[in-house]
Amino acid sequence: MSELIRCTGLTKKYGSVLALDKVDLAIEKGKIIGILGPNGSGKTTLIKLINGLLTPSEGSILVNGQAPGVETKKIVSYLPDNNFLPAWMTAEQIINLFCDFYDDFRPELAYEMLDRLGVDKKTRLKNLSKGNKEKVCLILIMSRNAQLYVLDEPIAAVDPATRDYVISTIINNYNPEASVLISTHLISDIENVLDEAIFINKGQIVLHKSVDEIREENAMSVDGLFREVFKW
Amino acid sequence: MNWELDKSRPICPQLCELICVAVANGEFSAGEKLLSVREVALQAGVNPNTVQKTFEELERKGVVHSVRCMGWYVNDDTQAAVNEVESYRIKKTEEYLYEMAQLGCTADDVLKYLNRIKEGKDE
Repeated sequence: MSELIRCTGLTKKYGSVLALDKVDLAIEKGKIIGILGPNGSGKTTLIKLINGLLTPSEGSILVNGQAPGVETKKIVSYLPDNNFLPAWMTAEQIINLFCDFYDDFRPELAYEMLDRLGVDKKTRLKNLSKGNKEKVCLILIMSRNAQLYVLDEPIAAVDPATRDYVISTIINNYNPEASVLISTHLISDIENVLDEAIFINKGQIVLHKSVDEIREENAMSVDGLFREVFKW
Repeated sequence: MNWELDKSRPICPQLCELICVAVANGEFSAGEKLLSVREVALQAGVNPNTVQKTFEELERKGVVHSVRCMGWYVNDDTQAAVNEVESYRIKKTEEYLYEMAQLGCTADDVLKYLNRIKEGKDE
């Protein structure tokens, strides 16, 4: 089975607000895919549906052939867009916690990355800077040997040098059996590493193409096209 | 090796160009083992699938070949790379002439400018 995600007529309503509107989407193995859209376009809603934090109002979503749940959480490594770790813990304690939680967690990789990024494993999270906290979160998520990584705004708070490191980590961690889904609006920083870009607007997918196709057809960068498509 | 990429053009053909130039000018010599897909992806900051596609494209062009379980090697004959570079040169020149035509210059005008610059450098 080469399809990791399959959405059919996926719709999510918050009361009368339509957040996702009949989305049909398939995501294959071995791809790095960007979900790009302006604020409030439905990026995080889609990601929460993938992770079973929301349930569809209509339509269906399958992750590796199953509805999101216990089984799919074993193969999906999810970085939420907010801080999800207990602030009183140290990176080391959280690594131990992740070892207990996830069979596919690789602690040696996590320690290596902490070291490389100069984050002290004995410092409590609440005493780390915003950027360093974000690094810890990302390190934990990327240290799992998952089949699907879902990163919601992974690089918003970190400095450009760390952004480069995050991108290297994603490349380094690449394997043909796994896919990475990244939502961001920092397009120009990541477009070179994407296989495909998905533009989402007002709950609908308006474009789903490979980066090279986009550049070929429009003679501009994905960032450039984004600015044109979503011009106010 | 400097992997400077233009964001408004597709990545794959740009990587092809850079590697052909490196082979043609001897930075990668005949028969030499190339960097791995992952190394190129990391150095250039691009997607590993794009690098794989690039190597396959270069194999079709006769610039590199793959050895099972070993990776990618520059072909012993580097003529194909030299030919590729030649065609990039021609294409670049055509693009330049087109831009100059937009500024109202004929090919003769362009030659006049080129000569003037060349003489200026000779002095």
